[in-house]
Amino acid sequence: MADTLTVNPLTAGLERLPVHPTTLVIFGATGDLARRKLLPALYNLAHEGALPERFHLVGSSRSEMADEEFRARAADAVRAFSRRPPDEAVLEALLASSCYVSGSFDDPTVYERLEAVLTAHDEEAGEPLDRCFYLSTAPSFFPVIVRELGARGLDTHAGTGGLEGAQARVVVEKPFGSNLHEARELNAQVLDVFREGQVFRIDHYLGKETVQNVLAFRFANAMFEPLWNRNYIDHVQITAAEDIGIGSRAGYYDASGALRDLIQNHMLQLLTLLCMEPPVSFSADEVRDEKVKVLRAIRPPAAGDAVRAQYTAGTTSGEAVPAYRDEEGVPDDSTTETYAALRLEVDNWRWAGVPIALRTGKRLARKVTEIAVTLKPVPHQAFGMDGAVGPQPNQLVLTVQPNEGVTLKFGAKIPGVGGPNSRMRVRPVNMEFLYGTAFLSQSPEAYERLILDAMRGDATLFTRNDEVEAQWAICEPVLNAWAAERGGPATYPAGSQGPAEAEALLEGGWRAI
Amino acid sequence: MAEVVDSVWSERGTSPGAIEAALRALLTERHRGELGAQPARALNLVCVVDRAWSGEIANRLRGVGRLHASRTVVCSVETGPPARTQLDARVSVTGPVGGDAPLVRETVVVSVGERHLEHLDTIVDPLVVTDVATVVWAPHGHPEALDALTTRFAGGPPIAQVVLVDSLDEPDPRAALERVGALARRAHVVDLSWLRGTPWRERVAAAFDPPARRPELRRLAGVTVRHRRDSGVAALLLAGWLAARLGWRPAALLRDGDALTGRLTSRHGDVRVRLEPDAEMAAPGLCAITLHGASGGSLELSRGIGGLRARRSDPTGAQRTWTVLGASRGEPGILGEGLRQALLRDPIFAEALGAARGMAA
Repeated sequence: MADTLTVNPLTAGLERLPVHPTTLVIFGATGDLARRKLLPALYNLAHEGALPERFHLVGSSRSEMADEEFRARAADAVRAFSRRPPDEAVLEALLASSCYVSGSFDDPTVYERLEAVLTAHDEEAGEPLDRCFYLSTAPSFFPVIVRELGARGLDTHAGTGGLEGAQARVVVEKPFGSNLHEARELNAQVLDVFREGQVFRIDHYLGKETVQNVLAFRFANAMFEPLWNRNYIDHVQITAAEDIGIGSRAGYYDASGALRDLIQNHMLQLLTLLCMEPPVSFSADEVRDEKVKVLRAIRPPAAGDAVRAQYTAGTTSGEAVPAYRDEEGVPDDSTTETYAALRLEVDNWRWAGVPIALRTGKRLARKVTEIAVTLKPVPHQAFGMDGAVGPQPNQLVLTVQPNEGVTLKFGAKIPGVGGPNSRMRVRPVNMEFLYGTAFLSQSPEAYERLILDAMRGDATLFTRNDEVEAQWAICEPVLNAWAAERGGPATYPAGSQGPAEAEALLEGGWRAI
Repeated sequence: MAEVVDSVWSERGTSPGAIEAALRALLTERHRGELGAQPARALNLVCVVDRAWSGEIANRLRGVGRLHASRTVVCSVETGPPARTQLDARVSVTGPVGGDAPLVRETVVVSVGERHLEHLDTIVDPLVVTDVATVVWAPHGHPEALDALTTRFAGGPPIAQVVLVDSLDEPDPRAALERVGALARRAHVVDLSWLRGTPWRERVAAAFDPPARRPELRRLAGVTVRHRRDSGVAALLLAGWLAARLGWRPAALLRDGDALTGRLTSRHGDVRVRLEPDAEMAAPGLCAITLHGASGGSLELSRGIGGLRARRSDPTGAQRTWTVLGASRGEPGILGEGLRQALLRDPIFAEALGAARGMAA
């Protein structure tokens, strides 16, 4: 037991560490993200007993509605989208104290009413509860909400009644700006009110167990780290392919495009986890310091190292699907890319000269997110190639979704007898690890982990201000170059592997999607 | 939803080698039919059960759902007469057909006689997946089988690294804790009675986690734990956990009617401990805990709807109540959690067990 009570002796050995009593305010509580992800995540945390011992939910949005209607809508969202059927008693208890504050986000009276609600929760508890403000709104409202929170003094939470002060935190959804300038401006606006330690920029990929496993795979195993450098690695391919189109997100997607939607955030996160040096510890800033070093070592790609394309009509899953420009809500003359591929290099001692290729797209052949690390071939081929594929370079594939796991491709002798003069023939085989086969537990949804971490104040899985800006610094020159191009993007048929133009980015070609 | 298909093999008068060969053949056949089929490789579970109660155990195992072991070896013990002398076995390989990477699980049921138990290790060894953790669960006793599976096998490591027990199965709490202590000397023990207390430990820890609340841990003057009549061992383990973590010196509790009471000492003063049965309580385990502060305040957690009901009283008598959210796991959930915990190591159980044994002495 610790001699002092700077550490709670009762938390030793607990799998789940406590989260301090909290009131969570969701701005945009009637929106799609809240309905599909945030409210179901909160329910699942409640179901598992993972929420703070005292927890209150406050929804805020423009729509007028009474608390009862908000509770009913929230319950419906949980029933529709929770990963487990809800226990009605827990759901009712979760929503019993929830309430709703309506109004326009630029209306100061919203924050006045919000403060009254928050204060009432503190008074009921007899102590100041932590406050977590979740911005699940259109990005244009981020600065407005932050400014109004600051104006009302809700960015800090002083102690009352002889108890120490509680924490105030803000969670900001993506996109964090749509270019470097906007990201800097938004950072400045947020940091004008909150300290960086209070700000939690969400990249939900980091909440995925398989993404976190990249760190475990690299730094908990001695086997691969000696090979993890330019001497042994030939190239890296990071793929985030989707077989679906844009659904009902035409408004957002057409203004954004594939590079902003996935590469600037999620895929660069995967790249940094793959390439970062081992941190001294897994504290938030140690990890993020190492990630930022990787981003700063990446030169923005030259014009020939970036490809953009848009899907045309094609066939997926046996069904004919329309071209992007024929999707509902997409302008006929749209030049928005639905496919983007970059060839990057990390200019540091470990990675210099190793091509790292990123590609993402809508309406590709299959849904898959993976990191494929291809090693250099053996220096001398002792085995003949006659009648066999022959030895191939080893390849390590970390699959993030949907079949989460790790595959190692290596050469093996093809079984066969033929006497002393028979040929030794080799072909590549796979050694596979699948998450589902090795663990009994079901992985939580990314948002469950991230909401809990934000309420706990652990920023390890959130993006820091300098990280966001470094990401934009890589992507912005590409976006500018594309914007200045006279012609539109290349094309690829829906359901295909992507545009032919992308083949030139990677010597030896891409893995099949 | 993919169709779930069983591939089955059975034989009377069989041998472990034949059973193992059948398992391999069924897995190969499944793989040929479904190239993506993957056998689960998280945990072997060896159940030693009385044949008369094997159906009840099968039902309990079905209830754990996703937390099912990868390979389950059920040793169904027939006590006779007549005494069983030969082994009969049934092997099934179960999994969905179709879908991405369908997951396959294996179940082996071996009918054994009492004469087989002393050397059960030699029967089970070929049947478990090598290099995967093996947990043994013997809910109907059979200590000789537990001995065989948890002692060194043929000069090598024991077959089972983990023993799953439920101390509630032993009517005398003191005997239950001694048994667990003895088992813990040769294997990692997962006690379902300890796991029933997990939400209670988490909630007590959380209640004192805000820095402003932590000093109250040093000013605790009493603990009252209420439990189902047969669950005294769960109450002892919870009190033992507090004693171990807060530096209270364990002392034997004395009987006071139905309750056990005593006074533990700490650097900051005495702590009264009272463990009392609750006749109304239906579910196994704990019913409530009250932590009393030296200055008169208290915190009570008790079972409620949608979670635990919390009541904090300050020294002036003012009270606040609220619900600490959480769904009941139910007994199937507890058993599933026991299987999951077999893959982990709880560093606190041993010290809590030690303190609980001190109080039960």
